Amino acid sequence: MTRSENNHGTVRSYSVGFGLSIILTLVAYYAGTHTIVHGWTLLYGLAALAIAQLFVQLVFFLHLSRGSESRWNRTALSFAAMVVAILVFGSLWIMKNLSYDHEHLPSSYQNQVIVKDEGYQPSNH
Amino acid sequence: MSQTTEQTATAKTIFGFWVYLMTDCVLFASLFASFAVLRFSTYGGSAGNELFSMPYVLVETMALLFSSYTAGLGLLAARRGNKRQVLGWFAVTMLLGLMFLTMELSEFHKLAVEGNSWRRSGFLSAFFTLVGTHGAHITTGLIWMAVLLAKIWQQGITSVNLKRLTMLSMFWHFLDIIWIFIFTIVYLFGVNP
Repeated sequence: MTRSENNHGTVRSYSVGFGLSIILTLVAYYAGTHTIVHGWTLLYGLAALAIAQLFVQLVFFLHLSRGSESRWNRTALSFAAMVVAILVFGSLWIMKNLSYDHEHLPSSYQNQVIVKDEGYQPSNH
Repeated sequence: MSQTTEQTATAKTIFGFWVYLMTDCVLFASLFASFAVLRFSTYGGSAGNELFSMPYVLVETMALLFSSYTAGLGLLAARRGNKRQVLGWFAVTMLLGLMFLTMELSEFHKLAVEGNSWRRSGFLSAFFTLVGTHGAHITTGLIWMAVLLAKIWQQGITSVNLKRLTMLSMFWHFLDIIWIFIFTIVYLFGVNP
């Protein structure tokens, strides 16, 4: 196989990527619709399967390799990944804190949460 | 233009398209962030576990995954210079893409007539915006595909058409990757609150 064929993929590499993607999708579907695991374990597991499929498709469909010819593609991808992480986790973090005011909970409970999470002592009037 | 100069120019164009895809990633990230923040804000209405039919979504997912594979096979045929196979594989890709789009629009329609439109709650606004933006990208991809296939039909696989086909395939694979995360975060997380 020449370098250029390697860079563009082959029927075999596309088929391997396709097969792996189908397996990962079906495993995620089965885990998500049958109660084998629950709660955070399930959510982390599903997220891991999605990220695994992301890498499968990046390598087998978009031909992102470890070679020097796709170095700048990887650089742009890493930067995008960083922005995505800051946007998503930053939003969740900030909004979790802001949502205290929208919870419609008794104010005594709200104070408890604020004291516990923020280390803030509300003054008593 | 000499052979190598042209190859370098093509490589630069394709890298430029890759950078566009990365910025599109950031657009989707902001919609995913909004969805993640609002996914429990149902305002007393139905949540994902009452609204989504998972076998239906699995068929949608498989249609898009198959279309990503056939687009890849079509691009390989283009590199071999086989015009008939290119038109054949991309016709299959278009049909699967149309099937996906029809299923998505019919899901949207069903939700809306049942009183679960984007106006119902923050959760549904975020849902329709995120999934609808992906659907708008798919629509754009299908129009692009139709135009490019007509050009290839007329002109054959010229170097310019091969470059355009490479970018179209990248766009299509990218949309499949975005869908993996919609499938996981919107649907699978949605039915497991």
